[in-house]
Amino acid sequence: MWRTATLVATRDETPDARTLVMEVPGWPGHLGGQHVDVRLTADNGYQATRSYSLAAPADNDRVEVTIQRVADGEVSPYLTDGLSLGDAVEVRGPAGGWFVWRPGDPGGVLLVAGGSGIVPLMAMIRARRAAGSAAPFRLVYSVRTPEERYYAAELDQLADEVGGPELAYVYTRTAPAGATRPAARIGAADLPPPGWSPDSEETCFVCGPTGFVEAVSALLVSLGYDPRRIKTERFGPSGQ
Amino acid sequence: MTDDYQDGNALAGPLQEIFAVDLTSAVGRCSHCGLTGAVATLRVYGRAPGLVARCPGCGEVMLRLVQSAHSMWLDLTGTVRLQVPI
Repeated sequence: MWRTATLVATRDETPDARTLVMEVPGWPGHLGGQHVDVRLTADNGYQATRSYSLAAPADNDRVEVTIQRVADGEVSPYLTDGLSLGDAVEVRGPAGGWFVWRPGDPGGVLLVAGGSGIVPLMAMIRARRAAGSAAPFRLVYSVRTPEERYYAAELDQLADEVGGPELAYVYTRTAPAGATRPAARIGAADLPPPGWSPDSEETCFVCGPTGFVEAVSALLVSLGYDPRRIKTERFGPSGQ
Repeated sequence: MTDDYQDGNALAGPLQEIFAVDLTSAVGRCSHCGLTGAVATLRVYGRAPGLVARCPGCGEVMLRLVQSAHSMWLDLTGTVRLQVPI
């Protein structure tokens, strides 16, 4: 079932990523990790549909997605730059029941994000806070440079709160000044990060590009995590 | 086949058109190699006229979903069974 979504606000997360806040009358609410399908229809009737992770819990009928511009993408440049406040698109969802965290789920959670794979994991972190859940949450966020972090101020603030999530960054291209870890792809020394104790009873959510997801999943299995406790979401062509 | 695939999470929206429960959390068994796993873990190729989901173990087709003007066609020849959480 397709619903009309009207753009009511935007927020720039980085120079290449923008959050769209949309009003969707009748939206039934959703869980952290679920996504929404967005459909555009051209004047000539041509339609293009893409899936985007919801970035935050619903605020009544308001939902948020964070979209990375893909320069040669068919859909994302229109959503990030072509859509004006008050413009409408069609959405279907919420969709997905596997890559989701429910506030009542038992045990701790390890989130591992690669680049814009942070979006559904941020939705889980925000849902945890909104629910007042005390479930242990840890986030390892792999990103090319400090400037490319999404939600950086909010994540740092949440990590400083009592009972907030633990947070570790892995920089793959440029590390901030003074960092002890040189910029490099995520590897065995990063999972768990220095100072974190491994907890193979955690449920793991891994989201990022396919190569990242496969490398991290293999690392987690080698650390003793049960593959059945590792849930993954990869970017595919639909990320564009 | 190429590496240009999505995962089965992307089937959730289209399958919502015909099922009231989320089928991507269902556990399927590949009729070719016997691997079991969540539908969300399949490899989904969208370049065909429709969606083709392949087993992540052996690469054989487990599910096809094609929409025409008036119908949705779901072909599960490659799936022995689906265990759906209720």
